[in-house]
Amino acid sequence: MSTILKKTELASKIWQIEVEAPRIAEKALPGHFVVVMADAFGERVPLTIADFDRQAGTITLVMMVVGASSLKLSRLEEGDEFYALIGPLGHPSEIKPLDRVVMVAGGVGAAPIFPIARAYQQQGTEVVTVQGARSADLLFWTDRLASVSVEHVITTDDGSAGRRGLVTEPLAEQLAADSEKRIGGVYAIGPTPMMKFCAKTTEPFCVPTVVSLNSIMIDGTGMCGGCRVTVAKKTLFTCVDGPEFDGHQVDWDSLMSRQRTYHTQEGFAFGRMLAEPAPLNENILLRQNEEV
Amino acid sequence: MKKSDKTGRVAMPEQPPEVRIRNFDEVPLGYDDEQARTEASRCLQCKKPSCRDGCPVQVDIPAFIGLIAEGRVLEAAAKIKEDNCLPAACGRVCPQEIQCEGRCVLAKKGTPVAIGNLERYAAHYASDHAARHGLGPFVTPAPPTGKRVAVVGAGPSGLTVAGDLVRRGHDVTVFEAFHKAGGVLIYGIPEFRLPKRIVQEEVEYLAALGVRFELNHVIGKAISVHELLEKEGFDAVFLGVGAGLPSLMGIPGENLGGVYLANEYLTRVNLMRAYDFPRYDTPIVRGRNVCVIGGGNVAMDAARTARRLDAEQVSIVYRRSVDELPARAEEVHHAQEEGIHFKTLCSPLEYLGDDRGMVKQVRCQIMELGEPDASGRRRPVPVPGKEATLDADLVIIAIGGNANPIVTRQTEGLALNKHDYITIDENGATSVPGIWAGGDIVTGSATVILAMGAGRIAAQDIHRFLCERN
Ligand SMILES: Cc1cc2nc3c(=O)[nH]c(=O)nc-3n(C[C@H](O)[C@H](O)[C@H](O)COP(=O)(O)OP(=O)(O)OC[C@H]3O[C@@H](n4cnc5c(N)ncnc54)[C@H](O)[C@@H]3O)c2cc1C
Ligand SMILES: Cc1cc2nc3c(=O)[nH]c(=O)nc-3n(C[C@H](O)[C@H](O)[C@H](O)COP(=O)(O)OP(=O)(O)OC[C@H]3O[C@@H](n4cnc5c(N)ncnc54)[C@H](O)[C@@H]3O)c2cc1C
Ligand code: SF4
Ligand code: SF4
Ligand code: FES
Repeated sequence: MSTILKKTELASKIWQIEVEAPRIAEKALPGHFVVVMADAFGERVPLTIADFDRQAGTITLVMMVVGASSLKLSRLEEGDEFYALIGPLGHPSEIKPLDRVVMVAGGVGAAPIFPIARAYQQQGTEVVTVQGARSADLLFWTDRLASVSVEHVITTDDGSAGRRGLVTEPLAEQLAADSEKRIGGVYAIGPTPMMKFCAKTTEPFCVPTVVSLNSIMIDGTGMCGGCRVTVAKKTLFTCVDGPEFDGHQVDWDSLMSRQRTYHTQEGFAFGRMLAEPAPLNENILLRQNEEV
Repeated sequence: MKKSDKTGRVAMPEQPPEVRIRNFDEVPLGYDDEQARTEASRCLQCKKPSCRDGCPVQVDIPAFIGLIAEGRVLEAAAKIKEDNCLPAACGRVCPQEIQCEGRCVLAKKGTPVAIGNLERYAAHYASDHAARHGLGPFVTPAPPTGKRVAVVGAGPSGLTVAGDLVRRGHDVTVFEAFHKAGGVLIYGIPEFRLPKRIVQEEVEYLAALGVRFELNHVIGKAISVHELLEKEGFDAVFLGVGAGLPSLMGIPGENLGGVYLANEYLTRVNLMRAYDFPRYDTPIVRGRNVCVIGGGNVAMDAARTARRLDAEQVSIVYRRSVDELPARAEEVHHAQEEGIHFKTLCSPLEYLGDDRGMVKQVRCQIMELGEPDASGRRRPVPVPGKEATLDADLVIIAIGGNANPIVTRQTEGLALNKHDYITIDENGATSVPGIWAGGDIVTGSATVILAMGAGRIAAQDIHRFLCERN
């Protein structure tokens, strides 16, 4: 169980990992996430279930290397097992009966947004996807997203693919052009500032906007309270009350300052791990004897 | 060897405060054989032992203490184990002063027999002996009955149920959400108070008896409780999922960086070993000025942990006075010795942050004691216009919690009380046939021994149910 069956580098530092997890696959729905640990020394890292295959009993994770723990996870090879893998956690996405939705994916957000877009497309909703990345080589799953969309717009910061600029521009255009008010909802998943600005963009149009918050987590089951966020002036726990929330009600500054809590320490750990020469598994063997 | 006076209790040797605030090793060091015998011989072997009524599981206290006094320590350990499967833990964490020792006849003179210390000694002696002489399990399980029991949650209540039922020949599987078994004993109570090895040993012992541990399984998510009964082939389910869900006060600034709920702070340090960062990957904020909000065991654990993580000043901010602190007396005493400051009659109004969104101060209301409330304790009332502002770069909120909803919300037909805790009958049975419950998820945050007692009662009834079923 929790064996890595397949690992592919989709783009620089972005890995697609297919994991054997029959019990999780059986219950997984769009919007669910898992918590994983690379080894006995690892952090508990939340990752969205980007796809699942109930028949094969597998789930697909897509992870960007941003720090020590994601780096460590990315070093696990096919055939290795996660030390821990739990899920499916959180509320699944609520797939509402809408005429048209706009899905905005920033960077690695393309993965978690895909199963939601697909669920909308399968129920007959017209899906417009706006996919953004820093540059062309960081784009992935464009074909998958295109296959479930009536319209698929790509933006890059440097113009190396699609339009030059930010995802909020095509988003605003879509809403402005929607004179018949057919767009019943917007989803924005990606880096926190991107989600914040998407929510700001849709606010004047009064279109319900769902964001998937990535607060720092430990247990993922509502026990620790570390993942708390302020939404509509109330404190909620991302892992059990979310991870999807009304983007117009999120206190973004509070979320971002909580995400920065371990900035210095994580930076140090990342540097240390980048420099660590031995392959991960040998480290585990070496260090196993020390474990109490 | 130290003896307080002729009739007094034999004091337990401890790491001195200035040493122990630099490590996470256990504070009390345990009795040696002679100290234990001396202390045991103070017991009057009462005909009607009131101490026993004070123990929630009615350990036969005079009997086991008598055996220690005679040097028959292995038998003493076996005697305790008849009623309490985790004496090494209970000897350390039970609030003895309001339980067994509080009811000892010698308590009136202020020198009750050190029952907890002796319990701990007997347990340690037995496991030490077993380690050296390779003694097998105390009991051999009964022949297999072919009946399967699922235990949800590997805390003290769940472990007790698992142990009692595996001994009776049932096939027991424990499902635990975390990657380690033990519940609060592993992720909540710090190493310096309850070494993880003790809990680990009990879990290994249960595994040796045949209990299967399915870690990393959140019941109610991957598998529902009803599926355990209907699809996974279990004949009975015990829910021991604990209280979970920490509370907040709902005051401004609670979500600033550097403001922790105690569950998160303690889980990072204990389960994830953040004190050993960066060898372990999980980080923790190390504050210089730490404010801990609350006055229970959880608050003491958080404060003493912060002290060990380089804090210069740690204050317990508590709205009543020292006399009302709900924590075990020993924890308060140890905290005081370690230089923890008690800022009593003080209640937070607001947390103030810096421009980076990190906490920097706590604005507090000064209180005074008014009329007694329903619990008989004097109610704290605000002194109008009197406030205090404390510097704090780390705040830990330890003001209790609510019912863990993951299992209860998803289990159809399960009767809950108005606070969402599970309702059970006197045998631990819930409103759903085939499902029992016990521990903190029934009582709200309570104690280790009460959770174990609840597990014992439920196990008895589950056993009866399984025998009748055919
Ligand atoms: C419900 C949920 C689902 C998620 N799904 C995915 C996913 O499918 N794919 C994926 O790549 N990531 C996902 N994330 C984010 C992922 O958990 C973090 O990237 C990871 O924990 C970072 O760990 P690290 O040690 O490698 O980085 P750190 O060293 O902890 O952090 C490096 C940088 O990332 C920032 N950061 C830290 N934690 C988070 C976080 N939780 N979210 C965003 N930024 C963070 C830090 O501020 C820092 O700048 C998800 C997060 C949540 C809460
Ligand atoms: C910091 C702290 C200090 C304490 N100090 C003392 C003390 O000194 N003395 C004392 O007597 N008591 C103390 N207590 C209280 C005592 O620890 C608890 O009353 C006791 O542990 C309750 O036992 P339990 O079996 O009901 O639940 P827990 O110990 O809470 O165990 C529940 C287990 O169930 C698991 N679980 C939860 N949901 C699921 C799910 N859906 N699926 C699978 N598994 C699940 C949890 O991960 C956990 O491992 C303290 C508590 C804390 C938090
Ligand atoms: S189990 Fe607790 S209350 Fe009972 S005798 Fe032992 S220490 Fe005292
Ligand atoms: S009440 Fe005290 S003296 Fe009497 S039997 Fe119990 S422990 Fe011994
Ligand atoms: S991650 Fe612990 S409560 Fe959400």
